Amino acid sequence: MSVDSRWSLQLRRLFARKVVVLAACMLALIVLVAAVWPAVSGADPNAIAVSERLRAPSAVHWAGTDELGRDVLLRIVHGARYSLLIGCVTAAGAVLLGTLMGILAGFFTRLDAPLMRLVDAMMSFPDILLGIALVSILGVSLWNVMLALVVVYTPRVARVVRAATLVLRELLFVDAARALGVRTHRILWAHVLPNLMSPVLVQLTFIFAYAILAEAGLSFLGVGVPPEIPTWGTMIAGSLEYSDRAIWTVLFPGLAIVLTAVSLQMLGDGVRDMLDPKLKKAV
Amino acid sequence: MRFLLNRLAGACMVLVIVAVMVFMLTHMAAGDPMALLLGDQATVEDIAQARTQYGLDKPLPTQFALWAGELFKGNLGQSIFLQMPVAQALLERSEPTLFLALFAVSIAALIGVPCGMAAAIWRGSLADQALSGMAMLGASIPSFWMGLLLIQLFAVRLGWFPASGYGDPGMGLGQRLHHLVLPAIVLGVLNSALIIRFTRASMLDILGEDYVRTARAKGLPERVVIVQHVLGNALVPIITVLGLTTAVMIGGTVVTETVFNLPGVGNLVVRAVLRRDYPVIQGTLLVIAAIYVFINLMIDLLYTVVDPRIRLGGV
Amino acid sequence: MSAIKATSRLEVRGLSTSFATDAGRIQSVADVSFSIAPGQTVALVGESGSGKSVTSLSLMGLHARTSQAQMQGEAWFVRRDGTRVNLLALREDRLRALRGNEMAMIFQEPMTSLNPVRTIGAQIAESVRLHRKLDRAAANAHALRMLELVEIPAAAQRVHQYPHQLSGGMRQRVMIALAMACDPTLLIADEPTTALDVTIQAQILALMGRLQKETGMSVLFITHNLGVVAQYADAVAVMYAGRIVESAPVHALFADPQHPYTRGLLECLPGVARRQGHSLAQQAGFQLFSGPATPRRTRLLAIAGQVCSPLSPPPGCAFAPRCPKREGVCDCAMPALQSTAPDRQVRCTVLARQPIANHHDPVTA
Repeated sequence: MSVDSRWSLQLRRLFARKVVVLAACMLALIVLVAAVWPAVSGADPNAIAVSERLRAPSAVHWAGTDELGRDVLLRIVHGARYSLLIGCVTAAGAVLLGTLMGILAGFFTRLDAPLMRLVDAMMSFPDILLGIALVSILGVSLWNVMLALVVVYTPRVARVVRAATLVLRELLFVDAARALGVRTHRILWAHVLPNLMSPVLVQLTFIFAYAILAEAGLSFLGVGVPPEIPTWGTMIAGSLEYSDRAIWTVLFPGLAIVLTAVSLQMLGDGVRDMLDPKLKKAV
Repeated sequence: MRFLLNRLAGACMVLVIVAVMVFMLTHMAAGDPMALLLGDQATVEDIAQARTQYGLDKPLPTQFALWAGELFKGNLGQSIFLQMPVAQALLERSEPTLFLALFAVSIAALIGVPCGMAAAIWRGSLADQALSGMAMLGASIPSFWMGLLLIQLFAVRLGWFPASGYGDPGMGLGQRLHHLVLPAIVLGVLNSALIIRFTRASMLDILGEDYVRTARAKGLPERVVIVQHVLGNALVPIITVLGLTTAVMIGGTVVTETVFNLPGVGNLVVRAVLRRDYPVIQGTLLVIAAIYVFINLMIDLLYTVVDPRIRLGGV
Repeated sequence: MSAIKATSRLEVRGLSTSFATDAGRIQSVADVSFSIAPGQTVALVGESGSGKSVTSLSLMGLHARTSQAQMQGEAWFVRRDGTRVNLLALREDRLRALRGNEMAMIFQEPMTSLNPVRTIGAQIAESVRLHRKLDRAAANAHALRMLELVEIPAAAQRVHQYPHQLSGGMRQRVMIALAMACDPTLLIADEPTTALDVTIQAQILALMGRLQKETGMSVLFITHNLGVVAQYADAVAVMYAGRIVESAPVHALFADPQHPYTRGLLECLPGVARRQGHSLAQQAGFQLFSGPATPRRTRLLAIAGQVCSPLSPPPGCAFAPRCPKREGVCDCAMPALQSTAPDRQVRCTVLARQPIANHHDPVTA
């Protein structure tokens, strides 16, 4: 079976499940709104309107206004761009580095022990603490948060990829390739890597979700994204004192986080269910 | 036995790497604790003098060696800002964190294990989908957001629980736990999501094993198959995860501790990081990581005891 | 359809099983009919995927709930007290009362078929306590007796050991002990020796043969190994793509295979196994189809082509694409199972049309 038809079969199986379709639609909607609305509306999410402070949700302001009179929904939409960006970059970075580490550790036995000791060391810290420590070193900024989170999540990906590589290494087709004299790097590129796509994709979706949640937590603590940048986390952090009078300032940004993270996880679960059972255990 | 010694050696290796990492992380951060300590009026000479006093003028490798040496003697160092040894600060802060962790894991287990089992047994049914969906939802909720909402509802509106804090000194256990109910619910519910997923996966693994088919072929009722054959094999990994979850919560609950203003270990670390209190940062991070490594090792020991395949050796 | 044999232990009529999969419902087994007399061994032969395991699991009702198995047909089982029940229509709790008790099953993988964290004595005792209502001491004593029955050395020590402490052959003996614990009248053995070494295979088969003679139980023996069939079975049913294509007493089948698939299977056997089959048939007084002086072949034969996918079965006979005797009519409709002799049946349109005398022609393929 050619690679194309195998992928189209996988995609069809993936989208046969209603839950996955729902998740994909929700995500697509979020991305679409985040991309299109700010361009179309042109309104400034940071525009301060003191007279409009802390208005409850109404026909004019669907999600109410915050402590500086800014429209909450508008800020959520603009915040989506940042949160999605953070999730995307973090997931991509962690996956790239982690896959590299994992393949090296899984395939080359001499590198396995030192790399895995390093991974163990990094994973013996709770994620959020490591994130706090890293951001405090690098400084509080959007890119530093992403970099810090990449470092936090890389070990996780490395472990999964290593486990999957170990399974794949034992499978006969790798032995067959070796017996035919195929060079190691070609084996890795042409045989191991394509089979890692599915577990890696699962990790990608989950780390995307974790990153959004982690950034929110870090921003809440004051060691995340600088408060001027409207991410969902900074929105909640900024409106903390008003949570008793104006719950909507905190409620809606949080709901946005929940919605996005749930969709991502549903998608990830869907992909995981399609995995080869041998690899499933590793993920 | 050899397996255990191997693991022990590996764990020591990990701790060494952790110590180096912790030291580097701490000292790489910009910002001088001496400046913070002495305040705006301090002159350059004052700061330099303070640095010498605290041993911060020595080259980094020397500082590391000194710190490591003290560690072997059991001395975690002295806090720059708190006027007490790091170890003492940790001990004082450990009670709320430990109680919170145990309380939260209990809630997570009480919700998570039965739900995960039900999801596995009735796999594919509406119940399974609903439970799995709930698990996914639970894993998507930011802890501080849920904390804020719960505070608003149960503390501010209804007044059932205190909104924050751990209570005044001298309060009894009951009062303390009362302060911990809301944060424990937050952490318990969020972690139950993980437990549901893991329990379900673990049970499904076992349910697919050949010996379960054999048990059914013997004519055993499904109830007996689950309890006698499936649970016995599925519980050990589940307990593993519960143990590790508890370990992670020591220090990992920083956000929740901040929301509820609990004087715990996480809070200690965050304050120290913001103030660059090097000894506290180093000591606390090291202890937190060491606890995790230790619990991992204990779990491996547990497997050795429980699984007859490892205990008795095979053919 | 033949009349109900009054002396059958198990009579299966028109068993069909289908499963739900991502790609739709698949018919795994269709229109399977055979019967087993008390004390008789019937072999169900076929390659991987022919539906033999599915048949056995359908009879025992052991399909996974998530596979959404749907079964049709009848499987009449005569209980110890003489009553006849249809296994496929039985309520779950009544079926459970029979499982492990009057009908027992042993599986292919002895290495993974026993619970690793319980002693083998406890696992055998569990069965006895359930069906015979014995107390713990009596059940343990019975378990010990069963281990001795299956010739496990040092049974008294083994009773307290865990499965991983036994070799594959011994574990299969334990499985047999487990199955025999409640003195079943029907034993279903799903490829019990496939995963074992050849020498151990022989021992296990000998053990099963002895137990069968001593207890008079019927055996449904599922295998793809024709050598074992020749040695051990009384009657054979050959399955292909989920259907029975030929059934006959064992000597008759080896002496005179009728269905082209069966012929192909026997042709594929390397020389030694075939000669064994021939010599057994000769001893029984049958005329061999290819004559005693067969020229020695230097090449291994294979049946050309592959089994069709269950998702897209051909419109007519499933074997037609690979059959050397194929004719146009074969692709029109699935042939029915027809009797060519009092105890022989074949599913082939071409054969059904020819007079019986032609069946003794030498093979030209």
